[in-house]
Amino acid sequence: MSKGQSVYVRPLDLKHGRVDMSHGSGGRASAQLIETVFAALLDNEYLRQGNDGAVLPLPPANSRLVMSTDAHVVSPLFFPGGDIGSLSVHGTVNDLAMMGAHPLWLSASFILEEGFALCDLQRIVSSMAQAAKAAGVAIVTGDTKVVERGKGDGVYISTTGVGYVQGVTSPSGDRARAGDAILLSGTIGDHGMAIMSQREGLQFESDIESDSAALHELVAVMLATGADIHVLRDPTRGGLATTLNEIARQSGVGMVLDEGSIPVHRQVVAACEFLGLDPLYIANEGKLIAVCAEADAEQLINAMHAHPLAPLAAVIGTVIADDACFVQMKTKLGGKRMVDWLNGDQLPRIC
Amino acid sequence: MKYVDEFRDGALAQNLTESIALEAKSSRTYRLMEFCGGHTHALSRYGLLGMLPANVQMIHGPGCPVCVLPIGRIDLAIRLALEHDVILCSYGDCLRVPASNQMSLLKAKARGGDVRMVYSALDALKIATNNPTRQVVFFAIGFETTTPPTASIIRQARVARLTNFSVLCNHVLTLPAMEAILTQPGEVPLQGLVGPAHVSTVIGSQSYQSITNRFNKPIVISGFEPLDLLQGILMLLRQVNEGRAEVENEFTRAVTLAGNRKAQALVHEVFEVRDSFEWRGLGSLPFSGLKIRVAFAEFDAELRYPDLIYTNVPDHKACECGAILRGEKRPQDCKIFGTVCTPDNPIGSCMVSSEGACAAHYTYGRFSEVKWAS
Repeated sequence: MSKGQSVYVRPLDLKHGRVDMSHGSGGRASAQLIETVFAALLDNEYLRQGNDGAVLPLPPANSRLVMSTDAHVVSPLFFPGGDIGSLSVHGTVNDLAMMGAHPLWLSASFILEEGFALCDLQRIVSSMAQAAKAAGVAIVTGDTKVVERGKGDGVYISTTGVGYVQGVTSPSGDRARAGDAILLSGTIGDHGMAIMSQREGLQFESDIESDSAALHELVAVMLATGADIHVLRDPTRGGLATTLNEIARQSGVGMVLDEGSIPVHRQVVAACEFLGLDPLYIANEGKLIAVCAEADAEQLINAMHAHPLAPLAAVIGTVIADDACFVQMKTKLGGKRMVDWLNGDQLPRIC
Repeated sequence: MKYVDEFRDGALAQNLTESIALEAKSSRTYRLMEFCGGHTHALSRYGLLGMLPANVQMIHGPGCPVCVLPIGRIDLAIRLALEHDVILCSYGDCLRVPASNQMSLLKAKARGGDVRMVYSALDALKIATNNPTRQVVFFAIGFETTTPPTASIIRQARVARLTNFSVLCNHVLTLPAMEAILTQPGEVPLQGLVGPAHVSTVIGSQSYQSITNRFNKPIVISGFEPLDLLQGILMLLRQVNEGRAEVENEFTRAVTLAGNRKAQALVHEVFEVRDSFEWRGLGSLPFSGLKIRVAFAEFDAELRYPDLIYTNVPDHKACECGAILRGEKRPQDCKIFGTVCTPDNPIGSCMVSSEGACAAHYTYGRFSEVKWAS
């Protein structure tokens, strides 16, 4: 819309207004929402062109493109340490980073529920803008749809990211080899517990904050050591346990973990204790697992310790040859047990 | 974490396992049953089974409230959710328990039933208060630990004059199940029992006297922390070696001789013993379950919905949950263990809760059948 027309348009009431069906109809209301909220907050040269897509320059020569996508459905939308907006940027940036990639651009599509407060939407989009700016990525194209009240959960955000990776080898889930060291960048379970502490019917007081963060700079520091990082993966849904099982299966190897070396915040331990949950299965949004040759582990850990996102990075176990692909753990108590995939949702035990 | 870490100390565990190894005579085999699912879970989660000498065998008992719940009772809850359009509130680990026709409460939810997971009985009462136009039913399960909270909300519902709240009561009693284990035909030669932790805080250690007297088997009440459990096992071995059959209490920091009298009085006020109740794996046991007293009849879902008539549903033919709950078989002895029956697709109830013998073995112990790489 040109400036000449907009003076005749009633401005969007960002304080008390709510999303209605017309905001997704593609008409004037849609345009107004896009202009006032999305374009204004996420502003960059590509978005400013107002086209159906973004025309982007090619990445450096001898590099390969990396692309990833992630849908975000989280309840509550705002939680200690973040919100669905920042999460939707970090989630996709991290998926790219786990491929060893340097992230460049994101697309974002929003599914809004009729009746959703515009002030909350503005808060979410502005959090996305901040997260994208901090991560050095631009949200270059997007889409908005509105579903009827009761058919959504406020807002769903799906982001797709494009980045590039240099060199011929890059981390991949199938490259773990017997003898490799397994590294973890910090405490587990913070994100899932921060969310759970806010859930209706389960509110408990704690200082636990989500660890939601973009990990590509940490990854860049790790890659800069020159170490051949065989696998990188962020233990999101299903937690550390499930992610390690994924890697074990993909690589056709087993693992042995040392429970005592896995960092967990005391409050997360306590919350898990009274809810009957296991931190190994609780989601993280700002942690990574790296698998590398044992000889490279020390320099990687040193590089990670020097980065603000991984002061507690630790070697937590070893890759072993095992056709059954079991992830095993030496417990703090001195026993041994298996660490299996998460099955279904983790359900609290009753006594 | 204070008051938890102290009971999970690796060095102390080492001492205890050494003492256990010294106490266990190589000439004999000790078959001990941990009655309670909480103990089964702890044995697996902390890797305790591998720390015991080979001749000290732990048999997983029936003290997992989810596992002993018969299919027919879950069917009733599903019918309430699907046919009576109630808000059905349930503890989390009941949701996946397999019912008839490959249903479960979780699947009933997917078919439109309003099934809600609650963390405490009190949450169910809150849901009723907040939804005055809907009928709310709490699917109450568990041994003596979860019974007092159910009694408490029934009393509170009476005070608040709630007309949209009722309880489908499936509470069961520990002692009749212990007796059944020790008397049933095909009796498993058990040398002793690890007595429940939380249940004993309510019923008190003296409750078990009748069992030791009658069956001449030692019982050691033990806490759920790994050191508690190791200490309890050591105490049991000593009793067995010395030929004693006494009730001993390792969990003295929480369990008293008489138990929690206030909770007992509350339960007595609201509940009475049923003539018989069906247990998965153990069959119908006389005087083993509780029902809501007539004085609180308006909160009894079985009376509010008279068409809810319990029918016995046999377990899956190949499922060995019964023999496993009776301590006659191990999970890996079951033909469908880990193939047809997995935690993702449980056939028998022992595969559902992580307290169940099968789920515990599948999740934590299965690797030991293959190999252990050092």
